[in-house]
Amino acid sequence: MVTTEMMTLKTEPFILNFGPVHPSTHGVYRMRATLDGEVVIDIEPVVGYLHRGIEKLAEERTYTGFIPLTDRLDYISPMSNNLAYCLAVEKLAGIKVPERAEYIRVIMAELQRIANHCIAVGSFLNDCGAFFTPFLYLFREREKIYDLFEMVCGQRVTYNYMRIGGVSQDIPDEFLPALQKFTAKLPGFLEEFDFFLKQNEILLARAKGVGILTKETAINCSISGPVARASGVKQDLRKADPYSIYDRFEFDIPVGEAGDCYDRYRVRIEEMRQSLRIIEQAMPDIPSGPVRADVPHLVRPPAGEAYAHIEAPKGELGFYLVSDNSIAPYRCHVRPTSLINLTALREMVRGWKVADLIIIFGSIDITMGEIDR
Amino acid sequence: MAITDFVISSNLPMQATPPDWPGGYWWHWLFFTIALIVFVLVMVMGAIYIERRGLGRMQSRLGPNRTGPFGLLQPVADAIKVLLKENIVPDKADKLVHWLAPVVAFVPALMIFAVVPFQDGALLADLNIGILYVVAISSVSTVGVFMAGWGSSNKYSLLGAMRNVAAVVSYEIPLALSVVGTVLVAGTMSMNGIVVAQDIPFILLQPLGFLLFFTAGCAEINRSPFDLMEADSEIVAGFHTEYSGMKFAMFYLVEYAEAIAISAIITTLFLSGWRGPLLPPWLWFIIKVIIVFFVMVWTRTTLPRIRIDQLMALAWKFLLPLALINLFITAIQVLVWPTDLPWIMVIINIAIMVILVLIWSKFFKLGWGRVEV
Repeated sequence: MVTTEMMTLKTEPFILNFGPVHPSTHGVYRMRATLDGEVVIDIEPVVGYLHRGIEKLAEERTYTGFIPLTDRLDYISPMSNNLAYCLAVEKLAGIKVPERAEYIRVIMAELQRIANHCIAVGSFLNDCGAFFTPFLYLFREREKIYDLFEMVCGQRVTYNYMRIGGVSQDIPDEFLPALQKFTAKLPGFLEEFDFFLKQNEILLARAKGVGILTKETAINCSISGPVARASGVKQDLRKADPYSIYDRFEFDIPVGEAGDCYDRYRVRIEEMRQSLRIIEQAMPDIPSGPVRADVPHLVRPPAGEAYAHIEAPKGELGFYLVSDNSIAPYRCHVRPTSLINLTALREMVRGWKVADLIIIFGSIDITMGEIDR
Repeated sequence: MAITDFVISSNLPMQATPPDWPGGYWWHWLFFTIALIVFVLVMVMGAIYIERRGLGRMQSRLGPNRTGPFGLLQPVADAIKVLLKENIVPDKADKLVHWLAPVVAFVPALMIFAVVPFQDGALLADLNIGILYVVAISSVSTVGVFMAGWGSSNKYSLLGAMRNVAAVVSYEIPLALSVVGTVLVAGTMSMNGIVVAQDIPFILLQPLGFLLFFTAGCAEINRSPFDLMEADSEIVAGFHTEYSGMKFAMFYLVEYAEAIAISAIITTLFLSGWRGPLLPPWLWFIIKVIIVFFVMVWTRTTLPRIRIDQLMALAWKFLLPLALINLFITAIQVLVWPTDLPWIMVIINIAIMVILVLIWSKFFKLGWGRVEV
């Protein structure tokens, strides 16, 4: 005799470890996911595999000596980290940066934004299962940006280019023509790239409406950057609190509506176009002059504290420095973009499938170097 | 009428060897068995080469080009590499099942070729139920895949294997139904008989059937965009996560042998098999197989992956109704259409396909998204 009790299968959720070594965790992030078959019931993030004590190391180094370590925070966009840290020290010591250096900094930061979004969009599409094709085309463009960076500072990944009070060296003569060539070609590529993916039926099915982050949650979790803007939060520090010389340029803040993965992708593509606009405006007006203020090698800022933040490619990146009038900071704290953007992940992935968990995670665009520090 | 009655009542004689074959039955068997194994292995090497070089070209990179002229020896180098690798069996694995799984998966992929004609009458066994045999054998690989998933005692493997079973069970139905259309038009179930019947390639007479068979075939053998079972960005490597060395190579072999098998079946059923002008028949056959395989490589580079619920929805809501409609229309056409006007039928059938696919894609919704937890 078969009863209903015998016919109902007994099921129980199981725990699956994503990471720390997993193709799609972008480094050594680990999620302990509780799954009900394919459905994600809960996730528990585990971080700390890449902890190097960078904030503590800052206390042992001179103010200038810490700049190379900022490269190692968000290694996808080191220029932005350099800039944020230098702004903080300059604010602390009250240093005025020469005009030419300001322009170079803005161009570098915006190029870095394009390079970062290349990786962000590429790896997001890779997580969607587009087998490396968009990723490699975006890498081709990113490679051109890296060539430009190599031209100015000799490095391809960790630049160590910005200095307190300016940049380490002037741009070479062949840089501006090369940049011109790059900015002339990129819009065409973006147009083509977007044409193939904007209306892609599978991408729409996979990303549209998936992993929705509401505007309220985004604000409550203090999410910033493209993730927040995709949720409809019109917040961009370049406009809200203009640092450097961003108040001189005209650009729009792309904002999404739904706050899903697709909007995050769209916002990033649009931001690349806006960055290009800023570069094109900055290029012709670069004044001549020194690229570095007269700053001693051992900066001794007066005792006090300063917080400087910039709109890094991933969101708000801040450096909080406390000085005791010595050659090293008394305390250095980083406001990491990736870590704070990740705080809403659990809300976003609950109830979605395993495959969605991966693309939602990919659409946030994180770097482990910044999370663990 | 049951399908067995059809087989019995069809007046095709059951013959294993063609009447003009010089040797005896067993010599025929030996010759074709060895020829098939060599053919499959060589074609797999060719397929791997085409796939890697083709992927490279489409992704704006070179692909392997170091070993031999144009990198032609790359598959050989790969084979030597995997042969020399250590064979790792997880501690908690079900040893026997883990060991047996690659074999169980590989044999059916090889067995499919028994009924594929290379030229008129040149095949291992001209079964009068050839297609039935193909449909039956092609799903046996799933057992091997599930054994691998279960035997590895790894959760990723299990997820991949469960996905595979679900997909194959669903896609068997549209796959078989779309074949029935060609059987009706050809009036025979023998693979060789179907090729002989194709004065017009069935891709023109049965365009919808071809589309359905190609899609369902891709899903059955885990080709992109349906490669959820080994989705590298989600579940690492799916069912063969825990395999290494030669056992991994066996799964690799299965993957490509199945792709070649499905290409060969598509060639036989829809692209008029070995028939073609000028060139020898076997060469035509190989050329067509490679063309079909190339289309699979093409979709792999182009399309993102779909989700498991979308995969199921596609099978049950899209492919199955269309396959039934296709069967219905074909049956009516076979009954009432005068045989001397095939080209008008071609135009009508292509129009029907376009209209049906357009209508269905309008009303069709992929998947259902979030589950409340």
